[in-house]
Amino acid sequence: MNGRRLAAAAAAVVLIAVPFVHRDPYHLHILVLILIWSFAYTSWSMMGRFGLTSLGHGGFMGIGAYVTALLWNHLGISPWIGIPASLVCAGLLALVVAYPCFRFRITGHYFALVTLALSGIVLQIIIASRDYTGGSLGYTPDRATGSALAALQFDDKATWYLIALGVWAAGLLIWQVVDRSMARQALEAISEDEDAAAAAGINVTAEKLKITVLSALMTALAGGIYCQYQMFITPDTVSGISVSLQMVFAAVVGGLYVTLGPTVGAVITILMAEALRIGFGTKGVGWDNLIYGVLLVVFIIFLPKGILGSALERVRARLSAR
Amino acid sequence: MQDFLDIFDIYLLEAVINGILLGGLLALLAVGLNLIFGVIDVTWICYAELVMVGMYGMYYLVSAFHVSYWLAAPLCILLVAGMGALLHVLVIQPLLSAPPINQLLATGGVLFFLQSLATVLFGIDFRNIGIQLPVLAVGEMHFSYARLLAFGAALVAMVAVYVFMTRTYTGTAIRAIAQDRQIMALMGVDARRIYIVTSALGGALAGLASCLLVLQYDVHPFVGLSFGPITFLICVLGGLGNFVGGFVAAFLFAEIISLGGLFADLEWGYVLAFGFFILMMFVRPAGLLARRS
Repeated sequence: MNGRRLAAAAAAVVLIAVPFVHRDPYHLHILVLILIWSFAYTSWSMMGRFGLTSLGHGGFMGIGAYVTALLWNHLGISPWIGIPASLVCAGLLALVVAYPCFRFRITGHYFALVTLALSGIVLQIIIASRDYTGGSLGYTPDRATGSALAALQFDDKATWYLIALGVWAAGLLIWQVVDRSMARQALEAISEDEDAAAAAGINVTAEKLKITVLSALMTALAGGIYCQYQMFITPDTVSGISVSLQMVFAAVVGGLYVTLGPTVGAVITILMAEALRIGFGTKGVGWDNLIYGVLLVVFIIFLPKGILGSALERVRARLSAR
Repeated sequence: MQDFLDIFDIYLLEAVINGILLGGLLALLAVGLNLIFGVIDVTWICYAELVMVGMYGMYYLVSAFHVSYWLAAPLCILLVAGMGALLHVLVIQPLLSAPPINQLLATGGVLFFLQSLATVLFGIDFRNIGIQLPVLAVGEMHFSYARLLAFGAALVAMVAVYVFMTRTYTGTAIRAIAQDRQIMALMGVDARRIYIVTSALGGALAGLASCLLVLQYDVHPFVGLSFGPITFLICVLGGLGNFVGGFVAAFLFAEIISLGGLFADLEWGYVLAFGFFILMMFVRPAGLLARRS
C-alpha cells in the first residue's frame, strides 16, 4: 500500500511539473484535451460500472457547456457562477429523468433508450433555439474585456493544463471515495439483483439516484471546462448521441471497472484521432470513427473489461500465483 | 375573422393528415426494431444506419447507374436484409450470452462504423435521388405522392409481416421462440436459423423504409440520426417488442411532431415529442399498452 502511495505521489509531481519543463503549446493542448475528456469518461463510468448504462451523458455535457456560455454572453454572469449554475441544471435534469426510471424499475435496454431520448432532447433544444445558441453552427463565449481570471479565460496553455489536471485528479479522488464506500457495495449488489438488494435493506432507488446525480454533475463540469478551454462549442461536439456513444466507447476500451480505465481510453482515442488527422489530413475525415466503431465491437466481444482492466487482471493473477 | 379561421383549419387539417402519413413510415421502422427486440432480445442502436445504407444504395442505383426505381427497390431491400443477417452473425451471435447491454453497445459501435464508412466513401454532401413525384392537391391542402406512397407501402408491409408471422411455419417458430427460447430448441426449432431469418426480415423492413424515405429526404451519412432516436422512443413508448403498442405510439409521435412543427419550428416538434415521451415514462413506464403485472 505504501509503495502505491509513493508511486501516486511521484506521478503527481511529474504531472504537475510537465508544463514548467515542456512548453510546446501543441503537446500541452493534446494533454489538456486528454485530461478533460478523461474526466468526462470517468464521470460516465462512475455509473456505467454499476450496470447503469446511460446514453444521456451527451445531454449533461451539453448543458454544462451551453448554460455556462449562455449565462456569460447574455447576462454577463462569470463562469465561476455559471458553471455551478449549469451543474445545478444538469443535476435537476438527472433527478427528473432518473427518478421515474428507478422508481418504476426501468433498467438495462430501457434505461439506455430513455437516456438516449435525453441526449436527443438536449441536442434538439440547442439546435431549435438557434437565436440564442447559434444552432448547429456553434457558439463562442465572448472574449473577456476585464479580468481574465474572473471570466475564466486564459490564453496560456500551461494554466489550462494545471486546471484540467486538478479537475481530473478530483475525478479520480471521487472515484476512490465511492470505491471504498458502502455505496459501492450497495450498488454492486443492486447491479447483480435488485430484488435481493432491496430485501437486504438497501434503498435501491436512493442509491441509484445518488450515483446518477453525482455522475451527471461531474459530466456537466467537464462540459463547462471544455467550453471555457476551447472557447467554441457546437451541439455535435458537446452533446447528442454521438458524444454519449463516444463516452461509452472510450470507457469500454480503457476498462470501466478500474480507476484509470477511462483515462487510458481517452489517451488511446484522442491520440488515435490526432495521429489520423496529422497523417491523413482532410482525407482522414471519418476514419477515426470508423476505427472506433470496429474497435468498440471487437472490444465488447473479446475484451469486455477493457485494455487496462484486462492487463491489471493478468498482473494480479500472476502475483497471486506466486 | 372567418377567413382567418378557414385558413387556420386547413393548415391544421393538412398537418394532421401529414402526421398520419409520417406515422405510417415511423410505424414501419418500429415494426422492424420491435421484431428484432421481441425475438432476439437485442436492441439494434444502428437500425437507422441500416436505413441510411439502403438510401445510399437507392441513390447510386437510380441516379448513377440509371436503374429504374422499381427494380432498384427490391435490390436495396435484399441488400439491407443481407446486412441485417450479417450484423447478427458477426456482432450479435458472439454476444448472445453476454449481458444485453453489451449487445446494445456493440451495435452502437456498428452505428459509428456505418456512419464513418459512409463519410469516407461518399463524403458528407447531401444527395438527392432526383425523382420528383407530383403533389396531390385536395381543396387547398397539398400532399406529396411520395408521402402517400410511403404510407401505403408501410401499411402493406406491416400486413405482410403480420400474415407471415401468423400463417407460415417459420413465422410461428419466430413467435414461439420469442415466448420461450430454451424450450424451442427441444422442440426441434433451430434457434440459430430463426434468429438469422428474423434479422434478415428486420433488415428487409429497414430496406423498405429506405426506399420510401429516399423519395422524401436527401441522403447524407448522418441522416440516421434524424429519425433513429425517434424510432427507439416509439418502440420504448409502445413497450419494446409490443407491435400494437409500437404502432399506436408511432402515430402519436408523428402527430406531435407534425402539429408541433405547424405552430413552431420542426425542431420544437421533436422537443415536444421527446418531452411527451419522458412524461409518459412517469405514467406508463412499461409502455403504452402494458398490462400491469
